[in-house]
Amino acid sequence: MAIIVFAETSENQLKKSAFEAVGFASGMATDAGPVIAVCIGPVSNAEALGNSGANEIVTVEYNGEFQAENYAEILAQICKNNNAETAVISNSYSGKSIAGRLAVKLGASLVTNVISMPDTSNGFRIRRSVFSGKAFGWVKVENSKKVLAITPNSFEIPNTGNTASISSFQADLSQVPNHSKIVSVNKVSGKIPLTEAEIVISGGRGMKGPENWGMLEELADVLGGATACSKPVSDMHWRPHSEHVGQTGITIKPNLYIAVGISGAIQHLAGVSSSKVIVAINKDPEAPFFKAADYGIVGDAFEVLPKVIAAAKALKA
Amino acid sequence: MKILVCMSVVPDTTTKITFTENSTKFNQQGVQFIINPYDELALTRALDIAEPAGGSVTVIHVGTAESEPSIRKALSMGANDAIRIDAVPTDAMFVAAQIAAVAKDQYDFILTGRESIDYNGGSVCPLLGELLGIPSINVITKLDIQGNEATIEHDIDGGREVIQVTLPFVGSAQKDLCEPRIPNMRGIMAARTKPLAVVEAAPVNGGEQYASFELPNPKQGVKLIDAENAGELIQLLRNEAKVI
Ligand SMILES: Cc1cc2nc3c(=O)[nH]c(=O)nc-3n(C[C@H](O)[C@H](O)[C@H](O)COP(=O)(O)OP(=O)(O)OC[C@H]3O[C@@H](n4cnc5c(N)ncnc54)[C@H](O)[C@@H]3O)c2cc1C
Ligand SMILES: Nc1ncnc2c1ncn2[C@@H]1O[C@H](COP(=O)(O)O)[C@@H](O)[C@H]1O
Repeated sequence: MAIIVFAETSENQLKKSAFEAVGFASGMATDAGPVIAVCIGPVSNAEALGNSGANEIVTVEYNGEFQAENYAEILAQICKNNNAETAVISNSYSGKSIAGRLAVKLGASLVTNVISMPDTSNGFRIRRSVFSGKAFGWVKVENSKKVLAITPNSFEIPNTGNTASISSFQADLSQVPNHSKIVSVNKVSGKIPLTEAEIVISGGRGMKGPENWGMLEELADVLGGATACSKPVSDMHWRPHSEHVGQTGITIKPNLYIAVGISGAIQHLAGVSSSKVIVAINKDPEAPFFKAADYGIVGDAFEVLPKVIAAAKALKA
Repeated sequence: MKILVCMSVVPDTTTKITFTENSTKFNQQGVQFIINPYDELALTRALDIAEPAGGSVTVIHVGTAESEPSIRKALSMGANDAIRIDAVPTDAMFVAAQIAAVAKDQYDFILTGRESIDYNGGSVCPLLGELLGIPSINVITKLDIQGNEATIEHDIDGGREVIQVTLPFVGSAQKDLCEPRIPNMRGIMAARTKPLAVVEAAPVNGGEQYASFELPNPKQGVKLIDAENAGELIQLLRNEAKVI
């Protein structure tokens, strides 16, 4: 039975999460059948998915903006045509908005926030993060049909050396009612989305004011990362709310999280504690963040950061 | 105008998460339960829209009688009435199917939270949209209704988008939508006598169960770097942690 993967694109390019999703699908039990990666709308590098585990690539002609109703319908049609019982989608905003609708269309079970490969030794179990990353749970899924939404930065991208056949598909969207119309889209082009960033530099109230974020942005630029912040920082409008991480913000899972001037409250840690390596920079040696960190520097951010930035620049030079 | 707000009840954000029964059940002992913070935003915005228009706001919750204090709190914030579907909420599919059974064709629009902060499904909104055959708009940061049309700003991957949607629709509330209302004394008094209907659960499938839970491995202990030689951090991240 085939596995259908929705391969997300941005600005006509596949996103890293698309390769992760394809890699995840190819790693699922081999008896699950061929991995069919689906690209919706214009994409310039679809063939690259073969190398990360796709057996077939289907491109779908689609003009216009993203609409969850349309995307879910397209994927449902492809699932049905290929007798696919499993669909894999990235756990992004758009991914989640499709996943629920697709699950209903297929009569499938839906598991979001997936962070490991399924365990099929005793039925089907799959691990997801719960309580905003404070814990993990193994979900038992008895339904043979499944929609799995996988967390970015959780899976290695394989390098199979294979190529995949590419075909195109014309979806029938005539039955999808059109109730909404996009008025405007405001995207920050060229910036790494926070949930997908492998390196995140984050600032808290200890940064004193928005005028001091230049240092954090500089470090993020040098290391190729994104910036984030604590809740009070976004509450005070020093930074946009989209950068707020934690239990009531975004949950992230980068390889490296550097927290500067953030105390490490339980609600903040909830959203970042799954990061592989955590660095805390704080002038207070008693700051709770040091208990959750791998590396720490006790010191004034305004003295420490320039040294860190200089060393990072020297390394990258 | 009739608005429905979906509400989940979750452990307070300061809760230290532990499990019992061989790590198969969340340990509720000593845990304080609250209205899911995103649902407070959904409810507040719904009230701000309904009140001047002479509309009504109904709160719906799938859960057991233990949630009634939280439902009363929602009523004290200003909701006109509440429905509790009497069932143990398992997964988002089960919850959405229960709500859909009650809500079909009844409301001008429906709001949920962006996600429940306990199991973080973030799925009830799109599931409801598909079950009811209406548009679903995730992570809404601005919502205005004019006649039969909603103007909605919401987060998308890498940015924000403004869309216009014809009613009915279902949307999920993200921070920035509003500041949550705090109930006042009058609201608390009024809430005591507001209608809270308890309805039987519909016979729906779904409801995935957790086989077991795990807690993250504790950190090994922090390695401190002298602030004077802060640049050393970069060497360690490259050569020891191998993350840059
Ligand atoms: C319902 C609820 C939900 C919440 N959700 C979230 C959430 O999702 N995300 C979140 O982040 N918070 C959340 N919070 C808030 C959380 O409890 C903390 O208040 C918040 O994380 C603190 O932010 P902070 O660390 O930036 O500020 P503070 O706690 O004020 O800490 C500032 C830190 O900076 C240090 N510092 C000061 N000056 C310097 C300097 N010059 N150099 C170096 N260090 C310095 C201080 O020692 C201190 O440790 C939530 C709270 C509640 C009640
Ligand atoms: N048991 C429930 N009863 C009513 N609404 C719920 C319930 N669980 C979740 N919801 C709604 O769905 C939103 C998203 O929840 P979830 O998909 O579980 O993350 C919540 O913010 C609520 O608005």
